[in-house]
Amino acid sequence: MKAILTIAMMVMLLGMPEGTAAQAKEATPTVHKAANSVAKSSIPAMPRFRFENFTTANGLPDDHVFSVLVDGDRIWAGTENGLGLYENRQWKAYTTKDGLAHRAVLSLALDKRTGDVWAGTMGGLSRISGGRIDTYTQLNSGLSNDVVYGVSVEGENVWVATAAGGCKLDLHTGQWSLFNERNTPMVEIWVYGVAATPTKVYYAVWGSGVLEYDQQKKIWDKYEDPDGENEMVLFKDQGLIHEITTSLSYVDNILWVATYFGDSRYDGRYWHNFLTKDSGLPSNFTNFVKGVDANRAWFGTDKGLAYYDGVNWAVYRPSLTTGKPEMTVRDAKGTVSPVAVSTAPAHNYVLGIDFQGSDIWVATAKGLSHGIHQP
Amino acid sequence: MNGRGHNAAFARASAVALLGGALVAIGVSSVRTVGASVATGRTGERLEYASPIEMLFSPDGTRLYVLCQESAQVRVLDAKTHAPIKNIAVGAVPRGFSLSPRGDRLFVANSWDDTVSVIDTKTLEVSATWPVGAEPSSVVEDREGKHLFVANRISNDVAVLDALTGAEEKRLAAGRGASYVTTSPDGSRLYVTHVYPNATPHRTAPDSEITVIDAARAVVVDRIVLPYIAHSFHVAFSADGRLGVVTTLHPKNLVPLAHLEHGGAFADTLTLFGADVGKPVEVPLDELELYAARPFGIAITPDKLRMFITCGGSEMVTVVDIPRLIRYARMRQGTSAQDMSASANYVVGRIAVGHDPRGVVLTKDGTKLLVANRLEDTISVIDTKSNRMASTISLSGPTQMSVLRHGEQTFYTAKYSFQGQIGCANCHIDSTFDGLQWDLEPDGFGRDIVDNRPIEDVKDTEPFKWNGGNPNLPTECGPRTEKYFWRAENYDSLTLTDLVVYVRGLPPRPNRWRLPGGELTAAQERGHALFVREADKFGNPIVETNRCVYCHSGLKGTNQKSFDVGTKKMTDNSGLLDTPQLTNIAITAPYLHDGSAPTLEQIWTVFNPQDKHGRTNDLTKDELNDLIEYLRTR
Repeated sequence: MKAILTIAMMVMLLGMPEGTAAQAKEATPTVHKAANSVAKSSIPAMPRFRFENFTTANGLPDDHVFSVLVDGDRIWAGTENGLGLYENRQWKAYTTKDGLAHRAVLSLALDKRTGDVWAGTMGGLSRISGGRIDTYTQLNSGLSNDVVYGVSVEGENVWVATAAGGCKLDLHTGQWSLFNERNTPMVEIWVYGVAATPTKVYYAVWGSGVLEYDQQKKIWDKYEDPDGENEMVLFKDQGLIHEITTSLSYVDNILWVATYFGDSRYDGRYWHNFLTKDSGLPSNFTNFVKGVDANRAWFGTDKGLAYYDGVNWAVYRPSLTTGKPEMTVRDAKGTVSPVAVSTAPAHNYVLGIDFQGSDIWVATAKGLSHGIHQP
Repeated sequence: MNGRGHNAAFARASAVALLGGALVAIGVSSVRTVGASVATGRTGERLEYASPIEMLFSPDGTRLYVLCQESAQVRVLDAKTHAPIKNIAVGAVPRGFSLSPRGDRLFVANSWDDTVSVIDTKTLEVSATWPVGAEPSSVVEDREGKHLFVANRISNDVAVLDALTGAEEKRLAAGRGASYVTTSPDGSRLYVTHVYPNATPHRTAPDSEITVIDAARAVVVDRIVLPYIAHSFHVAFSADGRLGVVTTLHPKNLVPLAHLEHGGAFADTLTLFGADVGKPVEVPLDELELYAARPFGIAITPDKLRMFITCGGSEMVTVVDIPRLIRYARMRQGTSAQDMSASANYVVGRIAVGHDPRGVVLTKDGTKLLVANRLEDTISVIDTKSNRMASTISLSGPTQMSVLRHGEQTFYTAKYSFQGQIGCANCHIDSTFDGLQWDLEPDGFGRDIVDNRPIEDVKDTEPFKWNGGNPNLPTECGPRTEKYFWRAENYDSLTLTDLVVYVRGLPPRPNRWRLPGGELTAAQERGHALFVREADKFGNPIVETNRCVYCHSGLKGTNQKSFDVGTKKMTDNSGLLDTPQLTNIAITAPYLHDGSAPTLEQIWTVFNPQDKHGRTNDLTKDELNDLIEYLRTR
């Protein structure tokens, strides 16, 4: 397990785009060229975008983009070299000189009530509020660890995923509560993601599945891969697809979970899992998931950006072979059809996703992409 | 009175000065002899004074509302005759109030019981009492009547309430010690100041901010940084909204306090902002031998020609010519705080008023200025054309001077210090602390940099000073203060006694981390167990003197002895330090004798590598958090 953790860490931080052991196991989905006889209209209508990509060449603080956050007309990009703010068509960079906890910004969350932005970094947690940055570290506060992989705001509580467990900051009292192997069913304490709502809080625990906290009953529950640490999927829809979870999203009472070995959807009773072999997922190695609603979700993988509308799949990426912009659609029958496009996300290695109306913003290992929805 | 220079009374009495080229009469016929400290007939009883702190006129100008802090009332007076109409009881230690834009409701921030009182201005009855954050200090309703904004001094935020129900919707992060909220003339923005400095690196200049809130969206949209400022108070705007002004205190705490005789402890300043001046500009109100100690309230005439600032420590109102001020500010960007000649360019009058003048309000036509003299239970009425006192309104209440009231006056006045520069309240904001570190020269220049300790609940915690050098309060407040702070004559003995009685009697503010019944939460309980433990996690006994509870024993958390907890710095003469009391320790950052620990956590995560400040290095992060949760209840 340790070896896997180390590799995964390197993958995330270095933005290594291809060639991990995990993805080597996966077969690249076969794209069946749409036969000439197949009418164009038979391809399911999936969202189409014109991608505008940002790199250091046009003002982004760094090309390695770990996270992205939409805040109305403003876009925040968590990069390896500072927090970028795109506003009025210009980039501004916040760095440690401005009080940012660390230059590498791994996660972002918006407090929609106050407009404050929370940034999880490799050196602590920062709040950006009206231009002022307040930083919480494991030394100056009750934060459990300085490596903050995930952050989520719910009411007056800021829930944090760190390399040494989860924690919660109560903004009213200033109290920190720590969640780890001593007071939760967590086995590993390397927590990669968090999704908090007034009813449930979910932690993606790297190697320990999904941890659920019921806010009303104040009890913890845990969801694990019924196959254990076995890399083979013996019981596909009988539980979480894998223990090594990376990201989760809770929307409309549906939990979407990303792992490095496939993805899962949980409705509170039934699990449904997605693997490349039986879905349109371009890779099982998934860094990020963001649900749109109970049936639709976006996935950030190491082989492109994917969208699932409950039946069909679409993949957006530079071609794995030619590098040219590519969009493919997989229908319910498993037929994969190409769609002619002239733009694609900046890179296949996708680490973050957020929505701006019908547009999409995508954090990749080599730039930030703005997918402008095309009618 | 003072062999080394003038005192404030002398300066004021002789103050007919050539200011900015115009001969201006300063001082008034009704001025009291503020220098006198003759103890005649002071009672030891605790009398309930009114202590007016803020005032408002009703929209139609017929009523004057006076917020009285000590009697916990809003007193309603007839605005013309000043006859009392009604006294309305509100919550404990009210600090700020405002009228709804329609004038139908009066909101009062009750700082010690964490509520807002809503008064129906037709019936003059309290119609509702709403819970808010910790130590609400001012309250404002937006123009639309949608939200109420409450500045909470201890929770350092602004609570946003539903204006109809009082339900709290959210809190916005403000500066440390958020206290005063002012609406811009067009109602679109709220400006929030704070009385304690925001955190800056150790031994660097403090700074503060004006938190700017979009009233319609109820979100923070900007923070106007005030470099060097440690304490900021009221904001006022010109009617056209182009000039904003905030009263500010600019400490000079990075140099030894010996600089008092060189104009050195504080600059009493205004910071200007807005379209008229561009970037914020800080200007001093002081001049050599005539200081405007502790500027607080501020009023701008409707014609934008004059500005009046109450100066609590100097017991006067400073009058500023606004066009000249703007001209000066445009020429001198940044700060002129150190320029003792600057104020001659725009200060055109200084008017003596009562003890600790605070709130200030102008009549609608701008012809009269009213000043609330907090520690005198009077309201000075000043003719704004002549800058002379027109009359004095006395509020009903005790007529006899009590020992406590005289002690409090002594605490808040600057008259005892060299040239009337500073008073106790300069560093003990509203009788608390200032969040700053000072270089007090008795220990040698650059030696023994010390954090300013809070003084509430200080009774029975002697000795004083971090080195435990002062055995009791009469020594602490008397010879030490007189010699090293004031550089002035001694208090007469009864005045010193009264001051000591006042300081000894300062109660602790309610602790906001304790549950109402006094029981502990689970985390606090676990922290308490760590606080009193006798063995570490490995079962090894902890030496008695290295247990938290040994030094921090008793109700106040001090055994009143000195210890070396391993925090001695190169600049310290000794590592032996007096054990500080723990009263309200949650809110008195920074910590350690020199203020080098910005948070409680850092006392142990950074400054206790050898377990000399208690055995703590065996603790997990969870356990350290629990210990801190317990400490917050002290």
